[in-house]
Amino acid sequence: MLLEIEDVSLLYGRIQALHGISLTVGEGEIVALIGANGAGKTTTMRAISGIRPVASGRIRFDGEDITKLRADLRVRRGLCQAPEGRGIFPGMTVLENLDMGAYTRRDRAGVAQDLDRVLTLFPRLAERRKQHGGTLSGGEQQMLAVGRALMSRPKLLLLDEPSMGLAPMLIQQIFNIITEINEQGTTILLVEQNAQQALARAHRAYVLETGRIVKSGTGQELLHDPSVKDAYLGVA
Amino acid sequence: MTTTVNGPSPEQREAFTTRLRHGREAISERWHHAPRWVRWALLAAVIVFFYALPNKEFYQYLGPIPTPGANFTQVLFTVSIYVLMAVGLNIVVGFAGLLDLGYFGFFAVGAYTVAVLTSPSSDIKTLWPWLVVVPIAIALTMVSGVMLGTPTLRLRGDYLALVTLGFAEMIRIAAVSSEFLKGQRGFNQIPHPPGQYADGRPVFGVLDARPYYWLVLTLIILVVIGVRNLTHSRVGRAWISIREDEDAAQLMGVPTFKFKLWAFAAGAAIAGLAGALFAGKQNFVNSQNFELLNSIIILAAVIFGGSGNIVGAIVGGGLVAYMIERFRGIELFGIELYEFRFLFFGVVLVVMMIFRPQGLIPNRRRAAEFKDRRKEVTVGE
Ligand SMILES: Nc1ncnc2c1ncn2[C@@H]1O[C@H](COP(=O)(O)OP(=O)(O)OP(=O)(O)O)[C@@H](O)[C@H]1O
Ligand SMILES: [Mg+2]
Repeated sequence: MLLEIEDVSLLYGRIQALHGISLTVGEGEIVALIGANGAGKTTTMRAISGIRPVASGRIRFDGEDITKLRADLRVRRGLCQAPEGRGIFPGMTVLENLDMGAYTRRDRAGVAQDLDRVLTLFPRLAERRKQHGGTLSGGEQQMLAVGRALMSRPKLLLLDEPSMGLAPMLIQQIFNIITEINEQGTTILLVEQNAQQALARAHRAYVLETGRIVKSGTGQELLHDPSVKDAYLGVA
Repeated sequence: MTTTVNGPSPEQREAFTTRLRHGREAISERWHHAPRWVRWALLAAVIVFFYALPNKEFYQYLGPIPTPGANFTQVLFTVSIYVLMAVGLNIVVGFAGLLDLGYFGFFAVGAYTVAVLTSPSSDIKTLWPWLVVVPIAIALTMVSGVMLGTPTLRLRGDYLALVTLGFAEMIRIAAVSSEFLKGQRGFNQIPHPPGQYADGRPVFGVLDARPYYWLVLTLIILVVIGVRNLTHSRVGRAWISIREDEDAAQLMGVPTFKFKLWAFAAGAAIAGLAGALFAGKQNFVNSQNFELLNSIIILAAVIFGGSGNIVGAIVGGGLVAYMIERFRGIELFGIELYEFRFLFFGVVLVVMMIFRPQGLIPNRRRAAEFKDRRKEVTVGE
């Protein structure tokens, strides 16, 4: 397994946001994490990327225990997150933002190659390469956040609601891109409100409820699970 | 005055800021599109102007610019010290986005290090020469910056502001009440920087402030070149990313704590240097030199000039320090304006924050940060 999370709990002050969750992501998979608002999806991502320390439990990545590893060192190990709410750098241009994605890398040729790849994946970004990140539209910022994370050439890409705030057309497009990235060899852990799309694309998925994993299975299984349908797919 | 203050109407505000913006953008555009040699020539002219400024033969033709109430050369020295400190604080506040409210504390550490190690009034009587002590003073301020930063920079939020405020106050109280630091009586006979003219007179004497001013000016130029190179390197990119979004910076693999600490320590070192220069010129250091207000003034100067922009910090530091001195000796209706300098200063700052929150000469990037569209939507955290 590329990523193994074992019984992880996380506290915000006295509020416990994660109650011992366990999940795994295998090499080459797309794994989806779905759940209602406030279920703890973003919190799970923070625990994995190391932005927040965990209270207990263990996180293993690529055979190494990274539970206590600093966030920036996790990026060097090949773990990169596109944060929720986009988290792009508003005062940097599109190109500078993408360049920040490659901050940990020294292989110039490889970086140039990945830049080409990202600009091919997102032609919109190519058109706007000199524009400041802060003045991009919401959808463009979302693409930039995903593109920037790709620039680190991660083994595991963490995407927190990449479709948030996008028009239906663009949602389709971004999911197509996610599938494409995955087919090119990047493993993906995907957090989504858009459960329909996420489950349809994912190899496996987990359902999170108030800080606990309550269900897991293949994307198709969950897509046809009555209780999941009820709660997350908006069909009675 | 009995009129109530209504903020400017949105239209007025818009019109005013548009005019300002167009003015500045026109200048900035011209500057950025001017041929390289024109820019170098202009820069050289500015530098020559400031080297020539303290000569009476030159400044007597400058109309109202020389200060009536104070020796202009002395004023220039004070202003240059403020500019040096503004350049240093700009690294901390402008580049790395850290709120340091006690920057003057580092200046005090630098000045007192020199005083304690060189002055005959000091208890330890080392009596070392000034030049030997300067690197020690810089190193000590850096160490105090690291000691202050290590526990606080790990935390987010306003801790740093509080801790730095407390630090500056602590230094001041120590200066006032500790026997070792001599309180009001202070340290005297602090040696000047070395150097002699051909006829044996010292370059750095008591009466003529010009050599000190030239020394500080030269150091400012060197520091600015260094800072500029830093900001165009990976270090600068890391600082900017931290300022813009610390979480995102960390998610891109930037060791944020390390870079914040570096910015903080580099800023502290520059303040320490300023303190050492001040002590070497003044010959005398006591507890009255380090009021809290000074920290606030420097911070205000950086924000006023346009934090994040080196030129902005220089202009801000220079203008603020100069304006304060310019008021000396001007009377209006029998009131000495100097007494009201901070009131005036406060009003200017408030007006500034309404019309131009990004500062006089903002950094282009900084201006874009103010336009950040992410603030249009409410983002669930
Ligand atoms: N910084 C914080 N301080 C305190 N509580 C927090 C913090 N961040 C999140 N929480 C709480 O932790 C819980 C889980 O939040 P989280 O952001 O992980 O939810 P989420 O599943 O990502 O929701 P959404 O779909 O709305 O993004 C929520 O109850 C939230 O209020
Ligand atoms: Mg979330």
